Amino acid sequence: MEPVLEVNGLRVEYRGDGRTVVGADGVSFSIGSGEIFGLAGESGCGKSTIANAVMRLLKPPADITAGSIRFQGRDVLALDARELRAFRWREIAMVFQSAMNSLNPVLTIGEQIVDIFTTHERMRKRAARERAGELLQLVGIDPGRLKAYPHQLSGGMRQRVVIAMAVALKPRLLIMDEPTTALDVVVQQEIMAQIRDLQRELGFSILFITHDMSLMIELSDRMGVMYGGRIVELADAKDLFAGPLHPYTEALMNAFPPLTGPRQELTGLFDAPRTADSCGFHVGCPEDRSDCSMNIPDLREITPGRWVARSKARSSEGASR
Amino acid sequence: MRLILRNLGFYLLAFWASITLNFVLPRFMPGDPVSRMFAQAQGTMQPDQIAQLRKLFGLDNRPLWEQYVSYVKSVFTGDLGISISRFPTPVSDVIGSQIGWTLLLGGVALVIAAVLGNLLGIVAAWRRGGVLDSAFPPLLIFVGSFPYFWLAMGALYLFGVSLGWFPMRHAYDVGLTPGFNGEFLSNVATHLVLPALTIVLVSIGGWMLGMRNTMIATAAEDYITMAEAKGLSPSRIMFRYAARNALLPSVTNFGMALGFVVGGALLTEVVFAYPGIGYQLLIAVQGLDYPLMQGIFLTITAAVLIANFLVDLVYVRLDPRVRVR
Amino acid sequence: MTAIDIATATTPTAPVSIPRRRGLLRQLTDSKKALTGLTLLALFALLALLAPVLAPGDPSFINSTGSQAPSAAHWLGTTAKGQDVLALTLWGARSSLFVGFTVGLVATAVAIVVGLAAAYFGRVVDDALTLVTNIFLLLPGLPLLIILAAFLPPGTSTVILVLVVTGWAGSARVLRAQAKSIRGKDFVAAAVVTGERPLRVMFREILPNMASVVMTTLLGCVIFGIGAQAGLEFLGLGDSSVVSWGTNLYWASNDGALMTGAWWAFVPSGLCIALVAFALALVNYAVDEITNPRLRNRRARRERRG
Repeated sequence: MEPVLEVNGLRVEYRGDGRTVVGADGVSFSIGSGEIFGLAGESGCGKSTIANAVMRLLKPPADITAGSIRFQGRDVLALDARELRAFRWREIAMVFQSAMNSLNPVLTIGEQIVDIFTTHERMRKRAARERAGELLQLVGIDPGRLKAYPHQLSGGMRQRVVIAMAVALKPRLLIMDEPTTALDVVVQQEIMAQIRDLQRELGFSILFITHDMSLMIELSDRMGVMYGGRIVELADAKDLFAGPLHPYTEALMNAFPPLTGPRQELTGLFDAPRTADSCGFHVGCPEDRSDCSMNIPDLREITPGRWVARSKARSSEGASR
Repeated sequence: MRLILRNLGFYLLAFWASITLNFVLPRFMPGDPVSRMFAQAQGTMQPDQIAQLRKLFGLDNRPLWEQYVSYVKSVFTGDLGISISRFPTPVSDVIGSQIGWTLLLGGVALVIAAVLGNLLGIVAAWRRGGVLDSAFPPLLIFVGSFPYFWLAMGALYLFGVSLGWFPMRHAYDVGLTPGFNGEFLSNVATHLVLPALTIVLVSIGGWMLGMRNTMIATAAEDYITMAEAKGLSPSRIMFRYAARNALLPSVTNFGMALGFVVGGALLTEVVFAYPGIGYQLLIAVQGLDYPLMQGIFLTITAAVLIANFLVDLVYVRLDPRVRVR
Repeated sequence: MTAIDIATATTPTAPVSIPRRRGLLRQLTDSKKALTGLTLLALFALLALLAPVLAPGDPSFINSTGSQAPSAAHWLGTTAKGQDVLALTLWGARSSLFVGFTVGLVATAVAIVVGLAAAYFGRVVDDALTLVTNIFLLLPGLPLLIILAAFLPPGTSTVILVLVVTGWAGSARVLRAQAKSIRGKDFVAAAVVTGERPLRVMFREILPNMASVVMTTLLGCVIFGIGAQAGLEFLGLGDSSVVSWGTNLYWASNDGALMTGAWWAFVPSGLCIALVAFALALVNYAVDEITNPRLRNRRARRERRG
């Protein structure tokens, strides 16, 4: 079956005064129908850049300089302004990180949901309001709250409103950029359960972005780990969890020690930041740095469906683990 | 609600401050104003006027606090004294006859400048780097750098003297009787053009720049990105999402500017001899008509405070975050 | 660790960034706007200083027939009374610039003291100072100016005094807001806790970080000073014996220059005021753009891909 989303060799650059910084480099992954794909990595690794790139929401100074993005076979980067507007929200929708900031403070949430229907489906206001009410019920909010303003709702409710808005047009792909980061753990669980229920009911694919590995492993079918703008490991969630092949993945997982079991010593992620003469990958490098290419290597398929960004010498070693 | 009441209290306090200022100034003035006025009037002052002046300057022998209380009381009952230059007309009558023209001039100019300026600002911000955004602001700042009255003089000279397109003085032709008929109204309109135009030219830059900067800051907000992601049309995003939020500071500015409608048209009125209370204030100063001066000052202050109060009421309607408490 | 912080790139906020001081100066000289503004100002200052050399003698000296158009003898013509307009304009620069900058500096100084004190001491002091500031902001400026000038003896010091009284409040509000936000930062709390004296905290910790805002308010105050002085003098409330751009315009209006078509009598002084104010506004604009990068005018980049 054709993948819902196919990203190939995507490269995003940020052009500043005189220098260019690469936000994402040669990123490739695909998401199938009804699949939940998780993208993990620390802050600044490029996950949000990818998310924004897919919906073409990147603003100057960011620019997509190479690669392709195909949605159900359509070239997303070739859409003109009108096609893009029709495409957005109907095919792909996004749940942003902070619901408080994503909602217009001077409009009621009802008006903001109705906006979607009057724009995309040319509905009359009354019909749109009814649909909006149904949508709120879907996420467990009383439809009477349509008249409320964003600042009158709790954090969890706001996040659920944003999720409801996202599924309004029943898109094929939902991008969720750190949807629970701004919430406390209890609410986090409720939201995650809500997302799972909706996914089961409506059957959309999810591109789930977070830095919280434990959260992602619970939810995802497949996962990708990003570092420094590149994907360093790509595999089924279960396989990844059972045996991470890349030192960074391993380090990321170890950053969340289990609550039960023997005490473990926490290891920091890296000794040194990425500089001109060091990529910061000390964890996986041979002592004599003989194999140092100064760059994160390309993804290499170790076993079918498992990709790791390691140079030839190391990858064979890794596969034998 | 509480916010409005709190502001109301503040406005009353400000009004009280200006009354006190009015009271204090003549009494602590260096030099002797009364003898100055005698010299000006060359001994043609009537006994009533002299008595009134004595009272005004506190030269009658009542204790200070008694003078203060009676002054405050008189202000709140609408008794602002009797004008010296137009003896024996009460100050409040003089003001009443002139204030309409000031409101007309200032009001028309403000509405045009604010509406036009804000629209230009919205468009300029939406098309960053376009002609409107790069060429207009410096141009308008340059035009706004000229003192009001100089531009007025320039307009007077260019359009009035040289080209003779518009009348140069007063609110309507001398000899025309006022009335709500087409002839009179159109006459008023032509007399209004030059003064209003100069005010608009000088102030529009400020509105445009302010709105543009606020829009730019607003456009960077997350809910704008979300609106774009939702696939809403650009014009809907521009107006319902961006401008609606960017308008809030504009409304406050409008309120403040509204207050200055009464006082700010002053210089323009002087150049065009437009018979508003600004013009009147100057005549009063030149004629050393102290009661009238003070009366006009209080009126202008009161107008500013009332305008601000009205704006507060409107702002509460516009910004839901301020409302529910 | 990647070299950029993706978070700020994709979820921009709108703070005012504080550039390194060395960088600010360099960026200013890079900016075309600032350069234009500064050269213009320098030019006027130079002309003002050199007035006695360029137009020797008393400028208000009547030495010719009145209302002559610009000619070789009088480059900018003569006033209705017969004075040389060029001389009046050059000498006028001295008073106008002097008063303008004095008012700007004093008003800003008052605003700094009030703003810092309100931000630093907080609570009662803050409430009281804010109340006073708001009252002054609310009272209409020009009428207040006129009333004060009418009751006080005419003279340059009166002009400066009344202008400062009416002009300090606007800056004070802005400075207080900025000082408050800096006051809330950790390094200030640290300074207070380690026992630094209040004056030191205000002037060595908070104030230097407000440099750009102080600069813009200073420029704004100077613009106000020059313009309001001209306005006062035009109304006849300044010191009419002094030669300044404002009084030049007063006499031009009084002597009926407009009506007789003698535009050369009032154009130069007004133009000078506008040019100086414009130059100051340019510098202001440039400082604004430097501290808030989002306002910088990028060539319209069509949103190609992304």
